[in-house]
Amino acid sequence: MNNDVTLLHRYAHARAGDKGDRLNLAVFAHDTRHYAWLLEQLSEARVMTLFHHRGVTAVRRYPMPNLGGVNLVLDDVLQGGVNGALNLDGHGKTLSALLLSLPVTPPPGVA
Amino acid sequence: MTVVIGCGAGFSGDRTDAAGPLVDALLGYDAPRALMFETLGERTLAAAQLRRVQNPEGGDEPLLEAFLAPVLGDCLANDISVLGNFGAANPGAACRRIAELTSAAGFAEARLAVIEGDDVRERLGELDWTAWEGERRELPDAARVVAANVYLGAEPLIEALAKRAQVVIAGRVADPSLALAPLCHHHGWAMDDWDRLAAGALAGHLIECGAQVTGGYFADPGVKEVPGMAELGYPLVEVERDGRLVVTKPAGTGGLVTEQTVKEQLLYEIHDPAAYVTPDVILDLTGVEIRQIGRDRVAIHGVRGKPAPSRLKTTISFLDGHQGEAEISYAGPNAAARARLARDTLRERLARRCPPDLRMRFDLIGVSSVFDGDEMPWRESSRSTVEDVRLRLAVEHARREVVELATQELLALYCCGPAGGGGVRRHHEPRLKTASFLVPREQVTPTVVLNRGGEA
Repeated sequence: MNNDVTLLHRYAHARAGDKGDRLNLAVFAHDTRHYAWLLEQLSEARVMTLFHHRGVTAVRRYPMPNLGGVNLVLDDVLQGGVNGALNLDGHGKTLSALLLSLPVTPPPGVA
Repeated sequence: MTVVIGCGAGFSGDRTDAAGPLVDALLGYDAPRALMFETLGERTLAAAQLRRVQNPEGGDEPLLEAFLAPVLGDCLANDISVLGNFGAANPGAACRRIAELTSAAGFAEARLAVIEGDDVRERLGELDWTAWEGERRELPDAARVVAANVYLGAEPLIEALAKRAQVVIAGRVADPSLALAPLCHHHGWAMDDWDRLAAGALAGHLIECGAQVTGGYFADPGVKEVPGMAELGYPLVEVERDGRLVVTKPAGTGGLVTEQTVKEQLLYEIHDPAAYVTPDVILDLTGVEIRQIGRDRVAIHGVRGKPAPSRLKTTISFLDGHQGEAEISYAGPNAAARARLARDTLRERLARRCPPDLRMRFDLIGVSSVFDGDEMPWRESSRSTVEDVRLRLAVEHARREVVELATQELLALYCCGPAGGGGVRRHHEPRLKTASFLVPREQVTPTVVLNRGGEA
């Protein structure tokens, strides 16, 4: 049994985009056969928990089976966004990597 | 028939040598062709408006010559339309600068169209505003408003092309409309042929960020490799009359076009994928299929369109307070503890010296800087793990002098802070904020003025 923590980064790629104080995270399985698994990992509740320290107030999830991915829309994680944030990355462009740092159980059939 | 559109810039700070290979590739197509430049962000426009206030001939894209001069002659000589929102806050001034470039290229009679009507700063009080879906702010006080620009759609650009404009110079036009306009013009799509308009807007959406669809903003070493990142090819999109698209890039350039690069860009800055709102059409991406059909060639089909929105998005920018940043570095043994002591000292000083409504934030940054830079020779030769911590302070306050006092306190750490602090940098600036509102489409009246060689 391997006790190393596996991160979502191993099985998915992502890009962040902002509009106002909202962030979208488009996440795709490297192997589209892992799409159903990806959806299991990325419940709205889990994403809320991951971004809790950033002050997230809502997560909406848009499954995109045609793309083997999912679009996540997060409210209020930008700490004010480019308008109000005092952080270095007011756009939240780096937050795709925060999502990919989510610990996951590997997809079925994968060692 | 195929129409081919290239995108030579995806933002105001983009690479200025990207358009050359694109134009070379466009010349190889026996088809109607256009080259677009998307150089306008929300804040870029507000900053441009501030420059125009200082100088009536300012406020257009500062890099206009750098973007256009290398390719303008080839475009004019070969019937490649050029469209851009590089007019920013002053499309008229951009037109005069472009007229100089066209003259220098030997095309003094070039037909240049200027699109206006997006700037509604003087009309704030007369328009019927509602808040954009994600907006919780009130309409800012008119006295503080720096810029108010409606996102225009493709229609005035199509009108300009119908008047045989060779260069179309716009300010705030929705990014995808820069591609949709030449597609409507050449394919003869009706402005209520929603599925076709959606395909054209999607073509624009996919290429509007330049290299973001051709391997830029994508590389992750060991996971997603991108060849030739120093010479990325910018995107081309081939669009059929029925709305089928192929995204590709010039041969011999770096980067790559794969299903993965296209997917990432497809949902970039999208919220509900069933309702991506543009001024021209609302896109439904839920049925989009993406397929690699060759090396650096990806086909996209299945986008559906819904009728255009009755209200247009408007970005309003206003000045609101001042911001400042200052940083200082600590390295070597116990550096993190010294940086934290510096932070605690600063906190105490700011509490004593600044008003309680000063907003502040601290960051602790660092891998390798003050001892040995990115090559890390010292670190490689030393057996210990070297700490390298940069303490960053960011502050915001309504009054400039408060912000300056706060960053002054970081500077004072040189003599009053923990041992071995160095490398202070500090700067301040007025804070420009934006808010989004909606205005009824019928209250917005774009105009097209055709100029020949800079003369209206």
